Amino acid sequence: MLVKAKGAQQSITANRLIDGVAVWLGAGNQWVEHVADAAIFEGEAIAQALDTAKADEKRQIVVDVYPLDVEATPEGTRPLHIRERMKAIGPSVRRDLGKQVTGPTPAL
Amino acid sequence: MPDTTVTNPRSNQPADAHAAVYRYDEFDKTFIFERVEQFRAQVERRLKGEITEEEFKPIRLMNGLYLQLHAYMLRVAVPYGMLDSTKLRRLARIARVYDKGYGHLTTRQNIQFNWPELKDIPAILHELAEVDMHAIQTSGNCIRNVTTDQFCGAAADELVDPRVYAEILRQWSTLHPEFTFLPRKFKIAISGAPNDRAAVQIHDVGLIARKNEAGEIGFTVYVGGGLGRTPYLGTKARDFVPVPEILGYLEAVLRTYNQLGRRDNIYKARIKITVNEMGPDKFIGLIEEEYARLPRQKYDLDPAIVEAIEQHFTSPPWENLPAVSEKFEAAKAADPAFARWTRSNLSAHRAPGYAIATISVKPIGGIPGDIEAEQMEAVADLAERYSFGELRVSHEQNLVLAHVKQDDLYDLWLGLDKVGLGTANAGLISDIIACPGLDYCALANTRSIPIAQEISERFADLDRQHDLGELKIKISGCINACGHHHVGHIGILGVDKKGEEFFQILLGGDATNTAALAEIVGPGFSYDEIVNAVETVVSTFVGLRQQGERFIDTLARTGHAPFKEALYARA
Repeated sequence: MLVKAKGAQQSITANRLIDGVAVWLGAGNQWVEHVADAAIFEGEAIAQALDTAKADEKRQIVVDVYPLDVEATPEGTRPLHIRERMKAIGPSVRRDLGKQVTGPTPAL
Repeated sequence: MPDTTVTNPRSNQPADAHAAVYRYDEFDKTFIFERVEQFRAQVERRLKGEITEEEFKPIRLMNGLYLQLHAYMLRVAVPYGMLDSTKLRRLARIARVYDKGYGHLTTRQNIQFNWPELKDIPAILHELAEVDMHAIQTSGNCIRNVTTDQFCGAAADELVDPRVYAEILRQWSTLHPEFTFLPRKFKIAISGAPNDRAAVQIHDVGLIARKNEAGEIGFTVYVGGGLGRTPYLGTKARDFVPVPEILGYLEAVLRTYNQLGRRDNIYKARIKITVNEMGPDKFIGLIEEEYARLPRQKYDLDPAIVEAIEQHFTSPPWENLPAVSEKFEAAKAADPAFARWTRSNLSAHRAPGYAIATISVKPIGGIPGDIEAEQMEAVADLAERYSFGELRVSHEQNLVLAHVKQDDLYDLWLGLDKVGLGTANAGLISDIIACPGLDYCALANTRSIPIAQEISERFADLDRQHDLGELKIKISGCINACGHHHVGHIGILGVDKKGEEFFQILLGGDATNTAALAEIVGPGFSYDEIVNAVETVVSTFVGLRQQGERFIDTLARTGHAPFKEALYARA
């Protein structure tokens, strides 16, 4: 179930419209495919980033835009909630599928 | 497009010519191909930005397309669970070409693909339409794909073939102008036998066949069953509705619900809430009033139409065989592993010399209901060789070959075992229903599949499983209860506790004629604790059971107290 983001540090996630692949808003407002590369926003920048993302929703780039709580780690951005870590990793029961195949992912 | 039809060299007929599936007429074919083209145009408009996601979402849902955590998910309808080898080969092709090489059998006898791309969906739907398949009525607030007994047309105790009435309901509901936008989804299950194998009492409407005192056949009708966050067993609305009147009676049920069901709150919109907020007696009274108003001649089933549909589901050409097969008996005596499979995975067939074989899609440590494209093709081959090219999906996420000669059972099992589908565990502790959970589902709180896998591995010893006897574990990763945890002998419900996974144990559920909702036994367990907790429950059962008792029998005799004591005494 979607968990409301309420932390000081947040990222923005969505799914790409054409293929449904999970993405995160990265540096320069580019959508990136790995959460480690997700930009972290604080304060008023969170709402601004959300507006940027929703504009991309209107431009048929992404769907299902929402913010999530994250923390900065040496390995990159890490979601705080297990649901969002699962989205960032791929199915834990199919290690051959999802983000875990194509790049670095956070520990579950 | 490749021709997937395999011809029987002896007859020049397709090898699945005798499979009892409904074969579409020109009207049906035209309809589903038109629907594909409509959706193709809608996808194009969505990708061009001519319609918004808000506008597109109800359209894609009406075509079985969800958006999940990692990707889109397409749920394909398997009408009342019936497949033939041609359809299964096409599903294998779709898995391989458009998805990640596998499909997932669902608790509503459907199959879903977890990784399709939006741009490919029209092509997939076109390929499905070529073999009389579609993804209609697998999502959205409509009458969903009707489910039934996976042993239909073969079971010895059957009074009426439920597929005939499931197909009538499909034709009635697909384009029904009143029932396209119901307050919420609506699920119907039919059992054609008095022994309920279709879990009818946990459906919005459940029908179970019976004979009345005059020897006429009809249905007992239950309304307002359902699981989810507010579980209810269905209330008996009518003890007996004669078969010819069933469509009119269901029209009255749906009209009553459509008028009175809540549209202000999604969590209170199912018929079970309407029935129980209003009071079952009052709701049933309103159904009866509506039924009395309906012009009976319009709704009573026309015998000619029923007969025409029955022709699609005639029995295959069974041979006249002795009741006992010497070959079968010899194979059992020679191979203990096969003998063990026959004890758990075979059911009595109405024709002498035949058996119903359940193919477990629950290998030890496997993902419940996941089937690889190569396995689909192997099963299609085996279905053609041994069961008239016909097969079924069960609501317990397994496959069934319903008409296997006893003489052929050993060869069938060897063929299944070769592709990892020969596990002797149907109805046993590792034959677990599990929802996709947080591994795939955007609604889930916790994972379900790895819990099922770990339980399966913990009890991997098949001799131990057979010794434990019938034991149904059902796991849901959230309160939506897609894993049917409320009706598991042991139910497991995943809950979110401060962002981490926790699991509650429920005991005493039952989805058969003696339907019952399980009760939560106590505080939840962490991810690392839950499998040990299940083993504690099972060990407690072993210590308490009396001769011949199943888990559910022992629990009924002792109550929950000894299980609770065993689980929480340490604390």
